[in-house]
Amino acid sequence: MELIWQGFQEAVRLIAARDRSVFQITWLSLQVSGAATLLSLLLGIPAGVVLALTRFPGRGLLIATVNTGMGLPPVVVGLFVSIFLWRSGPLGFLGLLYTPTAIVIAQFVIAAPIVTGLTVAAMQQLNPKLRLQLLALGASSSQLLWLLMREARLPLLAAVMAGFGGVISEVGASMMVGGNLLGQTRVLTTATVLETGKGNFDVAIALSLILLVLVFAVNYLLTWIQQRGRRP
Amino acid sequence: MSSPILEGRSLRVVYAGQSILDVPATEVCEGEVLALIGPNGAGKSTLLRLLGLLEAPTAGEIFFHGQPVGRSRRGLLALRRRFATVFQEPLLCDATVEANVALGLRMRRRPTHEIRAQVSAWLERLGIAHLAARQARTLSGGEAQRASLARAFALRPDILLLDEPFAALDPPTRDELVTALHGLLHQEALTTVFVTHDRNEALRLGDRIAVMMDGRIRQVGRPSEVFGRPTSEEVARFVGVETILPGRVAVERNGLLVVEVNGTRIEALGHLPPRQQVLVCLRPEDLTIRRKGESGHPESARNHVEGVVEDVVPIGAQCRVRIDCGLSLVALVTKQSLDDLALAPGVAVVVSFKASAVHLIPH
Repeated sequence: MELIWQGFQEAVRLIAARDRSVFQITWLSLQVSGAATLLSLLLGIPAGVVLALTRFPGRGLLIATVNTGMGLPPVVVGLFVSIFLWRSGPLGFLGLLYTPTAIVIAQFVIAAPIVTGLTVAAMQQLNPKLRLQLLALGASSSQLLWLLMREARLPLLAAVMAGFGGVISEVGASMMVGGNLLGQTRVLTTATVLETGKGNFDVAIALSLILLVLVFAVNYLLTWIQQRGRRP
Repeated sequence: MSSPILEGRSLRVVYAGQSILDVPATEVCEGEVLALIGPNGAGKSTLLRLLGLLEAPTAGEIFFHGQPVGRSRRGLLALRRRFATVFQEPLLCDATVEANVALGLRMRRRPTHEIRAQVSAWLERLGIAHLAARQARTLSGGEAQRASLARAFALRPDILLLDEPFAALDPPTRDELVTALHGLLHQEALTTVFVTHDRNEALRLGDRIAVMMDGRIRQVGRPSEVFGRPTSEEVARFVGVETILPGRVAVERNGLLVVEVNGTRIEALGHLPPRQQVLVCLRPEDLTIRRKGESGHPESARNHVEGVVEDVVPIGAQCRVRIDCGLSLVALVTKQSLDDLALAPGVAVVVSFKASAVHLIPH
């Protein structure tokens, strides 16, 4: 217990002292996971909407694949992204391995199926007759899509939260494709692993606390947007 | 009758190899309320979706003001924006009542001041102005359906399509809304297609009634025609004819017929050759009952049949009385007359009805 208390004190001290490296690590975590989540939304929401609202051969297989992807182990993603970005790999010429961009790519691969899968579920829980009603009211295709997405905004925001939560807390892929380089690719999770390995539990606890507060703050914001104006 | 505004020709819908709808011709005329009635699964809603351009038929074509509607997306959208549909479920969006009523007008990008004026006018006319700021999900079923009707009327459509809009409401709410809708349709002289399985709603609102069964229109006509002169046994049953008996024309003289039904002779009006097989149809409300031995014939009734009350079943404010006269007749009487006549199973009675109340279907 003593250890946790010390860690807590150290965290407060580090934050109060505006420790440069801690701030930098936190900021990088936010940037990388924020970018990966944003990209996964750009792909996942339209893809999920199409999968939910249209019928085509192979659709069932595709949805099953997406749902499987929702549980993709980050280390597996890390391994394959590493292979692709490896100097001799197919994308090696880009020189992206051990850069923040590599982490963004890996986290995007992790978050995209989560966002897509939850978008499919969000759109499918809408009353199917609502679509007919909106068409009957004179909605164009784009108006129809927009209104249906607005109707599903609660579960869609849950998809955003799940996507962000999945990547900000992920460590395996970030470690493998980022390399945990101080000042360049060290994020909150990889730093925590490193400090724990070195026995610096107080610093590790401090980093964990910051991570928890960050995740809470982002989810609180999204929940506030989601629940706005909603009374039971 | 004025010219048809909407027509369907050779319409067929086939789902998974099964024919769901087969309507060679149907039309909706300017300013009329066409009620589509029929049992569940008769194809009424399918026909409504075709007429509302919400579904394309497997074969056939819809005509609007005599022009085929075609299948181009842009053309369909422009036409669809001249229609408005209200379904059985109110299907409101998760927003305020006001925003919901404005929805269709927003889609058409009408100017804000016009939207505001239309919305408040129609909230007022449907008696829900006080609910304008409420979230739609907090409304009762009746309130939500009023909002859905306001949303449709606010579009000032050329054609209003109603798909069993009252079927999910409790009876008092339904009566209120039918009354409100009846008033609005009259004031607006709005061309309307109204789907219902409730024949009383159809009678109340319809200028013409089309009876659908098994994907086909079995009879179309004015309410008095369809309800009083059904052309087949199935239609007769659906429109509330409770006594349908097979018989044979015995005598025909100057438009007066005598029909023999199981040994009883019934007088009817019409021109049919002797020995023609017929179905004798009697609506329960056209039969009057008095106790045997008591005086007081309804003067104009030509038919008087003696029998014994079999059973009495209350339905709403009235009672359905089944009488065994050698043939089985069903009559509707008020609770008051039931008490006055002390009708109960086993009581001997005389049933009277006019020759003009007897409808014959040759068969």
